[in-house]
Amino acid sequence: MKASDRTTIVASAALLFSITTCVLLLRHIDRVRPQGTMEDALYINSPTIVKRASLGFNGLMACIYWTRTVQYFGHHHFTHERTYNELAPLLEITTALDPQLLPAYQFGASFLAPAPPFGAGQPARAIELMQYGIQHNPDNWQLYYNLGFVYYTELKDYKKASEIFARGSQVPNAHPFMKVMAAQMAEHAGDFTTARMLWTTTYQTAREGNIRQNALEHLRDIQVDEDVSALQGAVTRFGERTGRLPTSMLELTTAEHLPNGPADPDGDPYRLTPEGRVLVEKPDNFPFITKGLPPGYKRSGLPKFHVKG
Amino acid sequence: MNARIVHIASNTFREAVRDRVLYNLIAFALLLSGAAILVGQISIDIERLVVVNLGLAAVSLFGVVIAIFIGIGLVSKEIEKRTLYTVLSRPVRRWEFIVGKFFGLAGTLVVNTFFMAIGVFGALLYVDHKFARPDATILVALYFIVLEFLIICSLALLFSSFSSPLLSAVFAFSLFVIGSFADDLRGFAGLTHGVTRWFTTGSAYLVPNFSALNVINAVAHQQHVAGQLILQNTLYAVFYTVMALSGAVLIFERRNLK
Amino acid sequence: MAAIEILGLEKTYMVGFWRKRPKRALQPLHLTVEEGEIFGFLGPNGAGKTTTLKMLMGLVFPTAGSARILGREWTDPEVKAQIGFLPEQPYFYDYLTAHELLDYYGQLSGMPSKDRKRRVEEVLSRVGLTDVKGVQLRKFSKGMLQRAGIAQAILHNPKLVFFDEPMSGLDPLGRREVRDLMEQLKQEGKTVFFSTHILSDAEALCDRVAIIHKGELRGVGAVEDLTSSVQGKVEVIWQGVQIPPSMKALGADCHVTGDTVRAVVAENQQDAAIDALRRERIRLIAITPLRTSLEAYFVEKLQHSQTAATTVGSSK
Repeated sequence: MKASDRTTIVASAALLFSITTCVLLLRHIDRVRPQGTMEDALYINSPTIVKRASLGFNGLMACIYWTRTVQYFGHHHFTHERTYNELAPLLEITTALDPQLLPAYQFGASFLAPAPPFGAGQPARAIELMQYGIQHNPDNWQLYYNLGFVYYTELKDYKKASEIFARGSQVPNAHPFMKVMAAQMAEHAGDFTTARMLWTTTYQTAREGNIRQNALEHLRDIQVDEDVSALQGAVTRFGERTGRLPTSMLELTTAEHLPNGPADPDGDPYRLTPEGRVLVEKPDNFPFITKGLPPGYKRSGLPKFHVKG
Repeated sequence: MNARIVHIASNTFREAVRDRVLYNLIAFALLLSGAAILVGQISIDIERLVVVNLGLAAVSLFGVVIAIFIGIGLVSKEIEKRTLYTVLSRPVRRWEFIVGKFFGLAGTLVVNTFFMAIGVFGALLYVDHKFARPDATILVALYFIVLEFLIICSLALLFSSFSSPLLSAVFAFSLFVIGSFADDLRGFAGLTHGVTRWFTTGSAYLVPNFSALNVINAVAHQQHVAGQLILQNTLYAVFYTVMALSGAVLIFERRNLK
Repeated sequence: MAAIEILGLEKTYMVGFWRKRPKRALQPLHLTVEEGEIFGFLGPNGAGKTTTLKMLMGLVFPTAGSARILGREWTDPEVKAQIGFLPEQPYFYDYLTAHELLDYYGQLSGMPSKDRKRRVEEVLSRVGLTDVKGVQLRKFSKGMLQRAGIAQAILHNPKLVFFDEPMSGLDPLGRREVRDLMEQLKQEGKTVFFSTHILSDAEALCDRVAIIHKGELRGVGAVEDLTSSVQGKVEVIWQGVQIPPSMKALGADCHVTGDTVRAVVAENQQDAAIDALRRERIRLIAITPLRTSLEAYFVEKLQHSQTAATTVGSSK
């Protein structure tokens, strides 16, 4: 074998070997490093500094930070991390770099305000973010929507929510339902209809996956609450009429002329206890319901989003 | 006289082409197509933002790098390699040489930008599936980027006329970075006192104002760019270029070519 | 009209880290070159030849003095249209072909398109580069580059050409070709000013030469005058190995070579030498006037100036 042939073989083998080793090592390194990118991403967590470092390419950096934000949330969400401490800084940097990156505000509204494990639990910061957005995009009605959304869903400050929706409706080209929502909030804040309107709108106007999924979950749970309320009301009426509790769901539905075999959106039938309580078969599947929970039921605290609504 | 400038300019262009500078377009095309295809899958909602921001940022950066690396060699390489001697032994004035080189380099960049623009619009079409009227503002952003190039070319030529290639590159690139912060610099100047104030204010005005020429984000959001701004920026770029080129001519006219 | 009139051109560089020390590259030079002659500018390396040429070309600015070229001020741009320049070890845009290079230079010289095309072909064939005119200059050998350099210098038919070390890097064939070319140029009525440190070339070609050393002009004149003005001697060759005592008495320098003797005597002793041989009945083979080579003149001038310099130096 010629010397040059030998060299070729040795060099090629070395090349292949080192490529494989590098790939394997990288995977090991990833396992050893704590959380990699996110901590690094926020090593500089001052929006001003990031802005300066962008050398004028703010928009591009904003896109990059936005992508990181979504990844961050998704990662924490699916690994059941329970906390989203970096969400607020990430969103603040993103919007500082590009105040017109509207999806960021919607994301903030959906996930900054709710308490863990569904969000960062920082409604005050969420409101700050929305207000920052409105300041920089005064002609955008959707930001008012997002702001009102936070007041309604988390702070339960229906009066404030109504005001904000009203203000938003006055922005030129505002969607007509802003006025409708303002009115709804003023009069029927606690109603299921209002809540359903709100979450449906969110679902329809959002394009980001997590936001839509979240909205869908809420809509499902509203359905359940509604169903349970209706059934519970039927139990009360039955009791007033007959002076006793119904013995079974079938008896109840027949007597009150309700459709037979009421079931939750998953298809599991509602249960009627001997004490006359309407219960949901698998409360874990409905993270946001407030009715139909068995007594002494404690949430496991883990978010469980379904893959398909 | 004008004919000589044209000849020098076309020869400079020819040199750039034969130097295979235009191959950078391939790298650019790959980058942009990759991004366009990828962006649809990793971040919905902001496809257009990413394509426009990334595309224009790449046009800007690729161009600045080319401008600096070719520009710094324009004069110093010719002196080093003594190709200049036979040129100057002909009825070519030294200032014509500088101006011709400038137009050659600027021309190369304009051609380069033209092809890149096609790439950006192509990627935009891919993610948006159609063009909207506001997309025309992207042309304004590209125009501003070309104005940036003119300024950088003239600065690179200026440094090349008296300094070594390495130093010229460092100076030119530093000015590019500082120029992106021109607004901040003027802000700082307002906060200082005494001699520092004079110095900072002076620098703030001398440094090229690239922040004004960067409308990439606005254009990504399909915002309109004021006609006044277009006019003022054009005039600024022209006068700044004249300033730098005059400096280059003054230096070069007096230089002993050892 | 004199082709070149150098009127006191001088150049002093400031050297040292703080640029404070003056270094005299060229003392005030006064020189005239007539039209139609081949003028050699001789000197060892570092004498100031290239500095002078660069000043005349406007590449370097003189500290003092001026010059006139073809009757105009040397800074007049129009002068450039009538002169050609071949720098030392030239380097050209290597991404161009020979043809493109000449075309470009023709454009810069302001030659109209038709003339230019014709002339480029002519010149290429004259320097023998027609076969490789489409090859990029980066592939050229040193000799080929030199020829390309000559081509661009004569392309626009200038009246006066400046060559800086035109033979450098050429093989003997190449040198012969360049010498022939310079002769041809003279026959065409052009003036050739060239610098070199190779004296044999100068001796063969030049009408007049100037010798420069350490920035100072040491001598100017026609080649014949310079070489014959130095103590003329004659060479006497005779048959046999006998050296007549009377010959020795003349102070002749005698060497026996095979079966002849060669002696060198002063010109004015020529007759006495012939008589000495006749008296001894020695057969004379040849008497030849011995011309000092330019080299000897050159070396002598340099040594002379060196001694002068040391004297000057020591008197400081």
